[in-house]
Amino acid sequence: MAVPSFLARERTIARPGFNRWLIPPAALAVHLSIGQAYATSVYKNALVEHFDASLTEIGIIFSIAIVMLGISAALFGTWVDRNGPRAAMFTSAVFWVSGFLVGGLGIETGQLWLLYLGYGVLGGIGLGIGYISPVSTLIKWFPDRPGLATGMAIMGFGGGALIASPLSRQLMNFYDPAYDGTAGTVPSGEAVAALFFTLAVIYLVFMMFGAFIVRVPASDWRPAGFDPSSVKKKSLVTSENVSANNAIKTPQFWLLWTVLFCNVTAGIGILEQAAPMIQDFFRDGELSTVAAASAAGFVGLLSLFNMAGRFVWSSTSDFIGRKPIYMVYLGIGAVFYVLLATVGSTATWLFVLCAAVIISFYGGGFATVPAYLRDLFGTYQVGAIHGRLLTAWAAAGVAGPLIVNGVLDTQGTPGQLVAANYRPALFIMVGLLAVGFVANLLIKPVAEKYWEQKATTPATARANPERSAVR
Amino acid sequence: MSHTVTDDRQQQTHTPVALIGLAWTLVGVPLAYGLYNTVKAASALFSG
Repeated sequence: MAVPSFLARERTIARPGFNRWLIPPAALAVHLSIGQAYATSVYKNALVEHFDASLTEIGIIFSIAIVMLGISAALFGTWVDRNGPRAAMFTSAVFWVSGFLVGGLGIETGQLWLLYLGYGVLGGIGLGIGYISPVSTLIKWFPDRPGLATGMAIMGFGGGALIASPLSRQLMNFYDPAYDGTAGTVPSGEAVAALFFTLAVIYLVFMMFGAFIVRVPASDWRPAGFDPSSVKKKSLVTSENVSANNAIKTPQFWLLWTVLFCNVTAGIGILEQAAPMIQDFFRDGELSTVAAASAAGFVGLLSLFNMAGRFVWSSTSDFIGRKPIYMVYLGIGAVFYVLLATVGSTATWLFVLCAAVIISFYGGGFATVPAYLRDLFGTYQVGAIHGRLLTAWAAAGVAGPLIVNGVLDTQGTPGQLVAANYRPALFIMVGLLAVGFVANLLIKPVAEKYWEQKATTPATARANPERSAVR
Repeated sequence: MSHTVTDDRQQQTHTPVALIGLAWTLVGVPLAYGLYNTVKAASALFSG
């Protein structure tokens, strides 16, 4: 599929002397925008009232978006690598913004299916394309610090929710002064529709800014003082390239898929239930010693650790290596899960500490995985491979809540649960982390038979992306 | 900051520092706004 010439990859190749520090803001402009996906809870109750629907019917909108993220990232990853980041960011912006416009129309006219189609399907496609493109571009600009590069971009995805939540509250208050953002007040449907239209305009401007300043490095470019031969010396890090089609035939891809799936499922186990969980852990009879406002503060604190973990842990992986950092995420993470399950209810500070560390590892797992892929498969089609790996996220998005909610349903009724009722779910998460730990240990360098031929240059690769022999 | 192994036909470019500063400000200001609001919300955990 050809793209208009102003979006063509060739038009975005940086000339000598271009400063690579202009690329992280371009990536952040996209990720800060699409990170809004994690702020949907601010208008969830308003939509339930407006459509007279159940929480599940409204919750499906987010689920459709995340599933479409996984599908579109997997399907369009090769297209993204071939056509470059400007075309991808532009396309992502068009889908993401269309999602808000169609969704807003659905709210305005009272048609829930339009919200599914708009925010869920169209917005989800925008999410998938927008998520992978800046990541693979930054990896190419920062071959000396791939963990820092992916951490910067994916931190933006976490940061997007931090911006969208308060901004949405303020905008809904502007459109419906009766809504003041406090518990018990719900904005009108018209205010949510107006919010959608406003966010569409803001995100269009922001994402187009990113699309038009982004550049790709020339094929022979390298950072000052960077010696690619030094990379070869690190274990597991290859200077070879593997195509996306060949990557999914390797055990390394599926082991890493398992690692990501286990890490994300375990993190979602806490994120899904954060506010009620802290209240239930410190419940004395009918009442909890943790107030609702403090529980909301706990959710905010987890958001901060989720975002910080993406940048800090991913950057740390540049120094200690990708495999060791996942041993920390999964091994130490399992220890903190056991502490949470066994002694977490003895003190609030201990509960908060354990949950915060676990969530920082959850964020770190997301941010480090593209750098791990680059180590194993090279930069040739890292965006497409990353896209296919994100199906693990979509699967974990279904499995995590299913496990936690399924276990809690067997333990009692919400509002009367105590710490002991959470233990079975928490120990399942420990088991999952152990599976992920073993999968990570089994990852070895990719066999030579999957490597691209040395003659493959980025130019020939783009001309014929599936040129490589399927060996 | 960086250099390119280049042929002579390629024109050199220079990225103005002001442009880099502007780009970082454009993404940094919303991020700071989000961080401030989240820290404010999280503080309820310790004051509640």
